[in-house]
Amino acid sequence: MQKTLKNLLSAPLSAKFGMVIIFIYLVIAIFAPLIAPYGEREILGKAYELMSSEHLLGTDNLGRDMLSRLIYGARNTIGIALITTALAFFVGSLAGMIAAALGGWIDQLLSRIVDIFMSIPSLIFALLILSIVGTAMPYLIGTIVIIDSTRVFRVARATAMNVAAMDYVEVARLRGEKLTWILRKEILPNIAAPLLAEFGLRFCFVFLFISALSFLGLGIQPPTADWGSMVRDNATLISYNDITPLIPAAAIALLTVAVNFVVDWMLHKSSGLKDVN
Amino acid sequence: MKHILKIVAQRIALGLLTLFVISLMIAFGVELLPGDLAQEILGQGATPEGLRVLRLQLGLDIPPHIRYLDWLGGMVTGDMGLSLANKRPISELIGPRLSNTLFLGGFAALIAIPVALILGILAALYRNSLYDRSVNIFTLTSISFPEFFIAYILILFFAIKLGWFPGISNISSELTFMDKLYRTLLPAASLTLVVVAHMMRMTRTSIINLLSSPYIEMARLKGIKPLRIITRHALPNALAPIVNVIAINLAYLVVGVVIVEVVFVYPGLGQLLVDSVSKRDVPVVQACSMIFASVYILLNLSADIISIVTNPRLLYPR
Repeated sequence: MQKTLKNLLSAPLSAKFGMVIIFIYLVIAIFAPLIAPYGEREILGKAYELMSSEHLLGTDNLGRDMLSRLIYGARNTIGIALITTALAFFVGSLAGMIAAALGGWIDQLLSRIVDIFMSIPSLIFALLILSIVGTAMPYLIGTIVIIDSTRVFRVARATAMNVAAMDYVEVARLRGEKLTWILRKEILPNIAAPLLAEFGLRFCFVFLFISALSFLGLGIQPPTADWGSMVRDNATLISYNDITPLIPAAAIALLTVAVNFVVDWMLHKSSGLKDVN
Repeated sequence: MKHILKIVAQRIALGLLTLFVISLMIAFGVELLPGDLAQEILGQGATPEGLRVLRLQLGLDIPPHIRYLDWLGGMVTGDMGLSLANKRPISELIGPRLSNTLFLGGFAALIAIPVALILGILAALYRNSLYDRSVNIFTLTSISFPEFFIAYILILFFAIKLGWFPGISNISSELTFMDKLYRTLLPAASLTLVVVAHMMRMTRTSIINLLSSPYIEMARLKGIKPLRIITRHALPNALAPIVNVIAINLAYLVVGVVIVEVVFVYPGLGQLLVDSVSKRDVPVVQACSMIFASVYILLNLSADIISIVTNPRLLYPR
């Protein structure tokens, strides 16, 4: 415990900044109903009301309180991105470790499938699938899980490959341990650190991806508050020199920056690079 | 030389195979549905008559493999069938939009490549300097920005506050070249900002990798001047990784262009794709995806081939 604390304190300023921001976002997301002044879907006034003491950020295109939607948006957007990343991670890293531990034709098969998926631009692939199956939430999550798990597979397989070649894994195999044992006790603990950093990167990707899809009107569907679609719905305000639609976009950007700062620090630490000065 | 030709031929074959598999996925993705596409598009209120007409339009009455061959043949010859939404030939919809998108992408690439390379090489040379660190923070930040955020910031400042450029880039074929450039500048600038950060980081890493290799150290120990090390020893070998970085990021442009086009209401292929997805105009989506995927694969393929051809080690196989 003390060691982790010391580790955190030794982090560079950018990483500390990142951690504080992530913490604030999480608090807002978890306690959204307590913090938000109004309900997520309540229509309270005219469309596009200006900022006032009643509506701190004004109202949106349907007369809903912008600030409340922003706060609920934290919950929805981050929540869905987290669920999606976690699922993709589970699928991708499991498949990657299995491919690395078993090798042979299973590895070949999985790797070639992943190659094919990775050679299609992810946005185009998502648009294609969503145009066929529609934009309901399970399909949205499923599509992104497919896309993202291929990326996780690559990383998990590459790192697990190095571990699987170690003598102690060989010993475990000779001892007659089962595949699940080898994965859980020998490989996973040794690739946990790079996978954790990868989780941060993948989260950023998924978060930006969902926001982009919502912005295009193909992601999280109304009336659920979500930052990408909030930008889209209120974009016309920009031409009246009003920065309100930029606020949800900035909220997306700030969180991704924060996560990236932390990941950058973690990668730097786990790569064993020492600062020259 | 023969060895290289063989590797290149293998790569091209692999690229074509990938394209083929992707065309299969695009064509047969529709089959994943529990019912058929006509049922899915018309939904609950479908009449038997409406279903029959739509099935005929989609070619669902002919066997899938023949439909696929028809479709593939059409894609190659430019006869892509009719749009479901407005019954116009898809090739007519796509033609002008494709050239607009290529114009936008090319324009952005022309700005982005030199800027990213110069800044990236400088960051690698002055590693761990104040410049390098501020560049690192800047690129990390801009990678984290959603494309539409960058685009709207540019619109807010340059189109609304300063009024220098139009916030909506409606271009048509009647415009002069300079007019087109002028109206495309803001979308191109947003794309540039999106890509430059990635490209710069990749350039920096590949140059740093190169500078840490033994022969560079050897040259340094021999007492050769830094400039000469860069021009004579590093740059010839840096060519392959740099070209690779460029091609990968051009492929990335293909994707970024979709969102930027939507923000600026730019009449390109990306916007057509997004519109068609929301209208569930599947034939148009299939055609657009096939074009985007092909461009993407071809760019990645050329990155591969260039890095093979420029790798002197492959000239002399062991």
